[in-house]
Amino acid sequence: MTPDQILEHCRDLSSQPLGAVAERWKATHPGGRVVAAYPVWAPAEIIHAAGMLPLALLGGGTSVELTHADARFQSFVCSVAKSSLELGFQGIVKGVDGFVFSNICDVARNLSSIWKRNFPDAFVDYLHLPQNSTSPGVPVYAANELRRLAAGFEQAFGLKVTEPALAKSIEIYNALRARLRALYAFRIAEPQKLSTTDLYAALRAATCVPPEEAIGWLDALLAALPLRDARPRDRLRVVVEGAFCEQPPLGLLEVLEEAGCYVVEDDLLLGWRWFTSDVATDGEPFERLGAAYVNQAVPSSTRHEGREHRSAGLIEKVRRSKAQAVIFTPAKFCEPALFDYVLMKQGLERAGIPHMIVEFEEKMWTFERTRNEIETFVESMLFD
Amino acid sequence: MPAQVTERQYQGKVHEHSRRLMSDWMGRLSRAEAEGQPTGALMISGNCVELLLACHILPMFPEVTALQNAIRHKSLPLILKAEQAGYSSDNCAYVKADIGLFLDGGMGPGKPIPFPTITVCNYVGCNVYVKWFEHLADLSGSKLFMLDVPFARTPGEPTQADVQYVVAQLKELIALCEGITGRKFDIDELREILGYAARAEEGYARSKDLCKAHPAPFDAYFDAINMMGPINVLRGTKEAAEFFDVAVAEFEELVAQNLGPLSEERFRIVVEGPPPYPYYKNFRNLFAKWGAVAVASTYSTVGGIWEWGFRHDARRPLESIAEQMLRENLTNRSITARYQQIKRYVEEWEADALVIHSIKSCRLFSAGQGDMRDYFTRELGVLTLLVESDLEDPRYYAEAQLRNRIDAFFEALEHKKLVVGAAGRRGAGALPSEATV
Ligand code: SF4
Ligand code: SF4
Repeated sequence: MTPDQILEHCRDLSSQPLGAVAERWKATHPGGRVVAAYPVWAPAEIIHAAGMLPLALLGGGTSVELTHADARFQSFVCSVAKSSLELGFQGIVKGVDGFVFSNICDVARNLSSIWKRNFPDAFVDYLHLPQNSTSPGVPVYAANELRRLAAGFEQAFGLKVTEPALAKSIEIYNALRARLRALYAFRIAEPQKLSTTDLYAALRAATCVPPEEAIGWLDALLAALPLRDARPRDRLRVVVEGAFCEQPPLGLLEVLEEAGCYVVEDDLLLGWRWFTSDVATDGEPFERLGAAYVNQAVPSSTRHEGREHRSAGLIEKVRRSKAQAVIFTPAKFCEPALFDYVLMKQGLERAGIPHMIVEFEEKMWTFERTRNEIETFVESMLFD
Repeated sequence: MPAQVTERQYQGKVHEHSRRLMSDWMGRLSRAEAEGQPTGALMISGNCVELLLACHILPMFPEVTALQNAIRHKSLPLILKAEQAGYSSDNCAYVKADIGLFLDGGMGPGKPIPFPTITVCNYVGCNVYVKWFEHLADLSGSKLFMLDVPFARTPGEPTQADVQYVVAQLKELIALCEGITGRKFDIDELREILGYAARAEEGYARSKDLCKAHPAPFDAYFDAINMMGPINVLRGTKEAAEFFDVAVAEFEELVAQNLGPLSEERFRIVVEGPPPYPYYKNFRNLFAKWGAVAVASTYSTVGGIWEWGFRHDARRPLESIAEQMLRENLTNRSITARYQQIKRYVEEWEADALVIHSIKSCRLFSAGQGDMRDYFTRELGVLTLLVESDLEDPRYYAEAQLRNRIDAFFEALEHKKLVVGAAGRRGAGALPSEATV
């Protein structure tokens, strides 16, 4: 298959409503269960080890009109929280049996229990992911929290999460993440051959199918991409930072590139690429996963990294991807992203890295102003 | 509208006493740097102030600084300074006012608000705390200790493992503090401090319990603020324990005389959400003129929920500190657990209505309060008013709009009371929910 055919398949997969994705999988897995995780990170390995399908609950994008959720959440709350709840009210997630939220921010925290109250038939769990990343007891605590989640699944769905199954799932997700890392590395090397909208299509589709299936077409894509014919252009290499939870509209990603950028790093769907290296493959699997959460997590605005400054991870990304600038893309009203923006921007300024900010909402549909701003920024950099 | 309701201003004594204690503490804080007294920044909610006291570290609370600046109408220029530096108009304004104070030259070496020697982020539910203290540690250069407290998410909590997880971190914090002060930690000193803490908690709980009286002896939202300094900031000191002895005696006396904060208690309300500090008095007046008295409030429990009986326990010092942080405060509980807290208030304190003050800054409190209103009106039939402003940023306080909504609500409530009328005093459940404004 050509990259275009694979990517077409990916776009098709991720354009389906979440409930339809769940039902389609269930049609071939009678009695199977589906669990969707709200951003940023949840242990898909555990869901998979239970024989269930892990999916991503990512809001309604441009497709859903709010008719119920805006009466529950005020105007100053981000879109992804509201539109995710709306998916529940409109029955668009029917077929998904469980939902996992975590302590990424105060909105997600409240959303979790409001979800539970409004949809009492669904399984809902709220993971407490440690914000302390340096004390000795933290990895053990994290492992216990993951065990608690697994026990919740076992009780709710009458299934088992065995250690061998979890060990196997860790291997499979290691393999999936290795492919995704390879795609990102490829884009750093040859961004002209893999646009961000293409990369995003592959990434997003990987959240809609079992990992084994995604690995299949990711391998095909990785093999075919280098053969693509595209010449490098004179564009600004940028890191996009801030879209780790609410996902920007595709139009915004397009505009970024059309306005003269190569996006060489980003934090889109960060939770599905959470670990910087493979989770260890021997030892008790819950402990390995817990320790990896604490010690191998990517820098993220939703997690306190006690060992380094907020900007360190971002600066490292800039250096590693040979980027020339950073474009901050916080979702409107997203407190973690908006707070981090200040410390990150100060760090970039100390390091002499130029930056700009573009706020977005998942439903944003006109991009002309943004296009002009980015073009001006790019011009000021390229023709300086 | 019936005859004018007036304020009795009885609360002078408790208010004055609290003010004196708080300004003594502020005085010590302003002298700390000159006297070589180490300081520790802490958050109000579910804090471990007793531990810092036992470590001879003077606690300081950026939230208190922020609210004091708001009450003194000084918050807006500070917020604007922070926004100029890159903070968003959508970030919690408490943080912005605090950072703005630094940018304005009002915090740091040689200033009345010193830099903390250590920044202890007691992460109990509010994710903004993590950000705030990262920023504070960044600008002050002080050591940041992130005390991770598992969120209260299942009914069987806190588990022994949760308690031990927090205790292990508390021990780490003690070692850090010993390093700062060069002084050995003495567990007996902590026990004594916890004894004082428990006495203050008992007094605070008793004061709130007295608000079950008709009329309530004080306003458990607007006047409770006088007790929140002693209970959250000074808890563990002898002075705070004695403050509550005095307060309880005074409130008991008022109950005996059938006196409340207003000339007449016409409506008993439960208030959810923080107050608008920049317009505290104005906001209060909007309710007082209707004879509405808060008999219970959620804001008064951010630091700790003492009314259901939990006390620090000198026999289990670190464990009981951990338990309080884990479970016995509003912030580390879910919003739906708060629905149950409010429900109890409405029932046991015999309230007529629920007032939700929705705060733009504080998504911890407010994100999803529409769902809360839905629960109370639709499922419980409790009359509920939802109004919006902010606790720190005066730009979000629209008095005319608030007045219209509050007046319309109490008019409806009054009408319902008349209709339900002669059958005697009614609990909230007796009033149909369609009167919701
Ligand atoms: S977009 Fe930001 S504020 Fe909204 S749920 Fe996600 S992390 Fe929280
Ligand atoms: S979000 Fe709310 S609880 Fe958190 S710091 Fe701001 S005002 Fe306080």
